[in-house]
Amino acid sequence: MLEVLFIGLSLGSILLLVALGLAITYGAMGVINMAHGEMVMVGAYVTVLSGLWLGTNIFVAIPLAFIVTALLGLLIERIVVRKLYGRLLDTLLATWGVAILIQQAVRLEFGLSFFGIHIQGLGPGLQNVDVPGILQGTLHIAGADINRYRTFIILVTAVLALATWFLIYRTVAGTQVRAIIRNPKMAAACGIDVDRVNALTFAFGSGLAGVAGVMMSGFKTVFPDMGTPMVVDGFLVVVMGGVGSLLGSVLSAGILGEINGVVAAATNDILARAVVFGVVIAIIILKPKGLFALKGR
Amino acid sequence: MAVDRRKFLKSGALASGALITSPWVFSTGAHAAGEIKVGVLFSLTGGLSIVEKSLHDATMMAISEINAAGGVKGMKIAAIAEDGASDPKTYNEKASKLVIQDRVPTVFGSYTSASRKAALPVFEKRNNLYFYPTYYEGFECSKNVVYTGAVPNQQLSNFIPWIIKTLGKKKFFIVGSNYIYPREMAKVSKILIEKNGGEWIADEYLELGHSEWGSMVNKIKNSGCDVVLSNVVGDSVIAFYREYKNQGLTHDKLPICATVTSEIEIAAMGADYAVGSYTSFPYFQAIDTDRNKAFVERYRAFVKDPKAVTHHALESSYFQVFLWKQAVEKAAEVTPVAIREAVKGQEFDAPNGHVKIEAENLHTYLTPRIAQWQPDGQGKIIDAYKEPVMPLPYVAYGETPTNLFCTSKGLDATKLKT
Repeated sequence: MLEVLFIGLSLGSILLLVALGLAITYGAMGVINMAHGEMVMVGAYVTVLSGLWLGTNIFVAIPLAFIVTALLGLLIERIVVRKLYGRLLDTLLATWGVAILIQQAVRLEFGLSFFGIHIQGLGPGLQNVDVPGILQGTLHIAGADINRYRTFIILVTAVLALATWFLIYRTVAGTQVRAIIRNPKMAAACGIDVDRVNALTFAFGSGLAGVAGVMMSGFKTVFPDMGTPMVVDGFLVVVMGGVGSLLGSVLSAGILGEINGVVAAATNDILARAVVFGVVIAIIILKPKGLFALKGR
Repeated sequence: MAVDRRKFLKSGALASGALITSPWVFSTGAHAAGEIKVGVLFSLTGGLSIVEKSLHDATMMAISEINAAGGVKGMKIAAIAEDGASDPKTYNEKASKLVIQDRVPTVFGSYTSASRKAALPVFEKRNNLYFYPTYYEGFECSKNVVYTGAVPNQQLSNFIPWIIKTLGKKKFFIVGSNYIYPREMAKVSKILIEKNGGEWIADEYLELGHSEWGSMVNKIKNSGCDVVLSNVVGDSVIAFYREYKNQGLTHDKLPICATVTSEIEIAAMGADYAVGSYTSFPYFQAIDTDRNKAFVERYRAFVKDPKAVTHHALESSYFQVFLWKQAVEKAAEVTPVAIREAVKGQEFDAPNGHVKIEAENLHTYLTPRIAQWQPDGQGKIIDAYKEPVMPLPYVAYGETPTNLFCTSKGLDATKLKT
């Protein structure tokens, strides 16, 4: 039973890992960021490439991926997203286009494959990431075998969630972000540089996705399409938790993860997935704004 | 303006109507100018391009080798390559384009069953010919398709008895991706397991392309099984083997015996996750013959990648072009029907060994092999059938070599029911 609960916790932490960035870009900024999954993918590829070309391991890849995807996020915000604030459906289409561009850039090795040049680690194939021995295998705790890599993911997710909470609720920049969520025009009138804060927030959300990618690369497959299914799960978590609520995202990720884990153990994985979707639908019907909705006027 | 558009639509409809009614006989094209056109239809973009690009390359390599050696009947082969884009609907459209517009007498193509099933109506309606190189679930009998990959009996008929007798494992946990191929494989496996005195204790599936294995591997761990039979396909394979090791399971105590895990997946997961596990295929890159080694070298030179891996479907993509070439040479004329009649019983020395097209069901005799994965990412072949095994696409429903369900007359549906 302990193992089942642990797997549920692990599933929840993986959901949260992907959803954290979305909770920022979608939850806080109102951008349906379809390119979020691609940010995860880019993070995973940073792990692959840094391993191949710099010889570094997964721990070094975490800050590296954060920087790369944050910069990429900043670029996307500056070029595309900033012109679309307040136009929810337009952000969906535009970022979907960006997502396809990023995918193809990786698949076609930035277009170099047309000229017969190949970069090791890119291209349409599956990529391999070495996981340090310390993260492989199991730990024996209280008579149960605990998966080391999953423990590592849970820890990283907890650290990231705490860091995000601290940034948003305990710093001046975070206060500005929350002010913009509530009312962008009022915030601007109070002297907040809305443009700049928005750009940085989007970059931060993208950076979180990049770290999620590093974690995924260690136990899932790295290939250009890997991010697409993850973004769906991410949106489920954010919508169920309540758009704009960090605590809501944390709780809903935990709930969905445990439901998935327990139902899968009792029956099978396919039914578990159906139950998860069913629960999300039920919650949206009963509480259309999610578990923790922002109460605004 | 509106009239123009209507006119245009009308004439367009007429033109396509004319195309549909013009029968094969009136075609002038295919082999007039000292060359034979053939279609090559694999996904060069999309999720499946990972594997299908290699099948495309192997086909092109075979064509260029044949052309370099003088072509077929003194004619060069001109390949018209199309992109299936990992989408069955696109496969159907491109197959129509190749058959109706380009009037090729044969198309080489498809990796997934979904794409073959989507393209099949085009070939059956036009009485054209499709060469399909992938291992698949069987349960198909078309006189317009030549199947050169393994069917379930060619992957399992030596594998299951070997697991039970040589490895001494009796309790099977069957796991697969949730679609037709793994489910048909499981059906055949269960028949063979029970026949050989083993038992299966679970038959579980995970969504195709899904890679969250935590619960499943935990279930395997607590199930009391002593061997895992995996029909998991695609990128989920990598996550499966990784999770397996990360939950503390080892292949020396509880081996994964797989039907789909090939050199490609092993390279992507990192060989240390698979060391000691087993796979059954008619072809492995590690087959230790001069013919195969030369083939691997030529393939690497052809794709300009010194580390490129070869695998079963890739090898079939290669040798089926040679079987086709021999059939064209034997046939009186270059038409799909003549080629099909001529390909029956054709034999060829492929990199995996001797192959032969069964005249009745147009499937291929192949030699089942079992390999154990080594730290260098290659399979060590530890068991092989002495000779090629007859293909039985309906073995899950009781087909035997003396009682064929699929013959040159078509499928005998009455046998299927009983």
